[in-house]
Amino acid sequence: MSMLKMTRRCLIALASAALVSGAMAGAAQAQETIKVGILHSLSGTMAISETTLKDVMLMLVEEQNKKGGLLGKKLEAVVVDPASDWPLFAEKARQLISQDKVAAVFGCWTSVSRKSVLPVFKELNSILFYPVQYEGEESERNVFYTGAAPNQQAIPAVDYLAKEEKVERWVLAGTDYVYPRTTNKILEAYLKSKGVKSEDILINYTPFGHSDWQTIVADIKKFGSAGKKTAVVSTINGDANVPFYKELANQGIKATDIPVVAFSVGEEELAGIDAKPLVGHLAAWNYFQSVDTPENKAFIEKWRAFTKNEKRVSNDPMEAHVIGFNMWVKAVEKAGTTDPDKVIDAIVGVQVPNLTGGVSEMLPNHHVTKPVLIGEIKEDGQFETVSQTDSLVPGEAWSKYLEGSRDLIADWKTLKCGNYNTVTKKCGA
Amino acid sequence: MPSLRIVLQVFVLLIGMTASTKAGPYEEALPKFAADSYADTETALSAIANSGHARALTVVEALRDGRLLLGAGQVYLKEVSGTLIDVATGQAANPTGNLKPIRVNNRVRRATEAALGSLTLLSADPATRLNAARAVFRSRDVAALSALERAIAQESDVHVRDALEGARAAIILSKPDALISDKKAAIEILEARGDQQALALLTTLPSDAPPELVKAAGDAAEGIQTRLAFWNALQNVWYGISLGSVLLLAAIGLAITFGTMGVINMAHGEMVMIGAYTTFVVQETIRGYAPGLFDASLFIALPLAFLAAGTVGIMIERGVIRFLYGRPLETLLATWGLSLILQQGVRTIFGPTNREVGTPAWMSGALEVSGLSLTYNRIAIVIFAFSVFAVLLLVMRYTSLGLYVRAVTQNRRMAASMGIRTNRIDALAFGLGSGVAGIAGVALSQIDNVSPNLGQGYIIDSFMVVVFGGVGNLWGTLVGAMTLGAANKMLEPYAGAVLGKIVILIAIILFIQRRPRGLFALKGRAVEA
Repeated sequence: MSMLKMTRRCLIALASAALVSGAMAGAAQAQETIKVGILHSLSGTMAISETTLKDVMLMLVEEQNKKGGLLGKKLEAVVVDPASDWPLFAEKARQLISQDKVAAVFGCWTSVSRKSVLPVFKELNSILFYPVQYEGEESERNVFYTGAAPNQQAIPAVDYLAKEEKVERWVLAGTDYVYPRTTNKILEAYLKSKGVKSEDILINYTPFGHSDWQTIVADIKKFGSAGKKTAVVSTINGDANVPFYKELANQGIKATDIPVVAFSVGEEELAGIDAKPLVGHLAAWNYFQSVDTPENKAFIEKWRAFTKNEKRVSNDPMEAHVIGFNMWVKAVEKAGTTDPDKVIDAIVGVQVPNLTGGVSEMLPNHHVTKPVLIGEIKEDGQFETVSQTDSLVPGEAWSKYLEGSRDLIADWKTLKCGNYNTVTKKCGA
Repeated sequence: MPSLRIVLQVFVLLIGMTASTKAGPYEEALPKFAADSYADTETALSAIANSGHARALTVVEALRDGRLLLGAGQVYLKEVSGTLIDVATGQAANPTGNLKPIRVNNRVRRATEAALGSLTLLSADPATRLNAARAVFRSRDVAALSALERAIAQESDVHVRDALEGARAAIILSKPDALISDKKAAIEILEARGDQQALALLTTLPSDAPPELVKAAGDAAEGIQTRLAFWNALQNVWYGISLGSVLLLAAIGLAITFGTMGVINMAHGEMVMIGAYTTFVVQETIRGYAPGLFDASLFIALPLAFLAAGTVGIMIERGVIRFLYGRPLETLLATWGLSLILQQGVRTIFGPTNREVGTPAWMSGALEVSGLSLTYNRIAIVIFAFSVFAVLLLVMRYTSLGLYVRAVTQNRRMAASMGIRTNRIDALAFGLGSGVAGIAGVALSQIDNVSPNLGQGYIIDSFMVVVFGGVGNLWGTLVGAMTLGAANKMLEPYAGAVLGKIVILIAIILFIQRRPRGLFALKGRAVEA
């Protein structure tokens, strides 16, 4: 009897406690916000590229709040500055996830910064949206790659040059780090599979911030005057581009002689140079500011109003953040929660309009579908689109042209694996 | 006979009239522009260029300059003066609605260049004719051959004639039905030309060419190759000198602050950056108020950059460094911190992105001296670096400031006893070193990015030059910079840019192990003090 009484008492106490705490939690939740982490360098070498992305994210968050927030709550942006210091990226990511309790993080630029935060996101099980074109060969459960994979940028660019410009000789010039090295490895394998001979490929690496391009440009000129049409595929990063293009122009290499197609030069980078000598050189991206669609027009208007700068340019990684953010919002609405596990499951298959007139979809390999655009540089530092894929190209995490990665696929929906080997039928290569 | 001539003239006139009323290739080609596809634009372009129509040249030029406009399926041409004419009739037009320039890509641009080449071979201006000859050389357009023959027959300028003959040789060599004897003559002309492009033509003869031709081409190519190897070596020497002068410019200010005063100034690179940003501000002001002065912008920027960087230098010396003399570790940390503060300051004021510093017209392009190609901006920097060095040498040697600085660095206490205000001299010397770094920034803004990180790229190289050359000796800095520049450029073609840098670094470490005081060591009591 007393036992029973005890239990009943206990039950009542428990129930009331649960009720009270539930009510309290509810009350607290009404004032609570959903936090969004922004992990972009605002100082140091990478500030040149990443500061803009922070601004875009702030704009997107503000806009979402004007629409009434997410799940009835306001969004709150938490900005941290990893100062272009790779280990600091990991520290700041940890701070965002465990201290600030953000629901998702948008950030990183260089591949090395992404690699340094990866373990943190895995350990603390959070979500990272990575907006920059990269070398591929990766697919993680906690990361969504909204920039281009090599098959969405490098390969189509090479195809364009071979078809339209009849290029037969290739210079692969890059900065000496992981992205150019991997991309060039893929491109070299691809070109050779297309019957290009080794002597028609020149690979050249330079240190970060290389500023004396005299010898290399002279080499390119020499390589290019062997009677076959030559092009340069440039994975030269950041600051080294300006002196490179200046030297090209000074040594009289025009785009009509030896075109340069770049994967890291966009509107933002061109805003800092006199573009007249560069007219006709190319870039491959998934978005150009000059794309003439209503979505893009509206975006640029909003962006300029937000930054209060009538001349502010937009670029590809900015669009990637727009796509990524909208996908995350949709996935959270679909899942009804910001819980990372549920969002990761919900986001695959989510479709949002991109700014070039199509609808991008999040694929099971955590990459997105995007159109590939090839543009020629115009005098005003903008791009003239000279080629665009008819349909959206799905991003491939693992390259078909590399030994060892050919057999791998990533599928987080059914296989729940980022590197499933289709030959050995095993996850984990 | 005269009657026959009259009849002929009338006949020609009649043909001309019918041609102008009937649609010729020119008129037929025009609608193709309206399709707004690159391939159609290209066919239209070549049809127009070969039509012999009076307006052909104007149309091609307009296409090149983006003055060929499209509105409601009609093609209009905006003349340089701004008036619009209808391309089909040549009459002034006043179309309603939106006009868009016809889009061009590289393919169209290349075709435009080739067409312009053939069309301007007989131009009155020798420079235009030279460009035309080069364009034809590149395009090797067989259709241009007759125009080329005519041009050669009436050419009076030797340079242009050489270029024209080269172009003809290039066409004949790649023309399948040309006579063997003509082709042999062409090979000789190309051999005399002796450049990279000629070599390319000679080495890419079609496989079905007769053996005697292949042999002649092979011999010619071999001759060119030996000559090119020689010019290549010379070109490398030039690259070395030019890199050396960049290093000299970057390091020469440091040679004073670190070399003679012994201050490990990690903020030296930021003084260079301040100079570069001064150039940017000067150019912006000129663009806004006096665009005509643009070509002189660098000369205006020089004294201002000196003052700006010098002032910041003096402020740093008075505010921080003077409390830290004789404590190298603390100086290093303090100036390192200062450099970060300066960078972030500039980032806050000017933004993190690169700033556009324009190149004056006289610094663009390259000077071709037989096998050498010297870019004007590099020539200017080499001359500038040596002048700065000479001026600084004179200042240190012959002015009282130079004398005091040397006295203070050699023996501070004795200098003070002689009535020299050592504090003031310290500040001035530091200001001088920083100011010189500032004017280096003006020059470097021409070849590098103007961004907050500009200075960081030069700080390590600068220290390397000063330490290698010998602390406290301006001549050491000169020799050090030139040696490093030359060694770097000699290694680069063989080892690549990355490995080359590593090799140089190792070599310097080994050298410093053996000669800790660098190439030109100061001797005497000053060293021990």
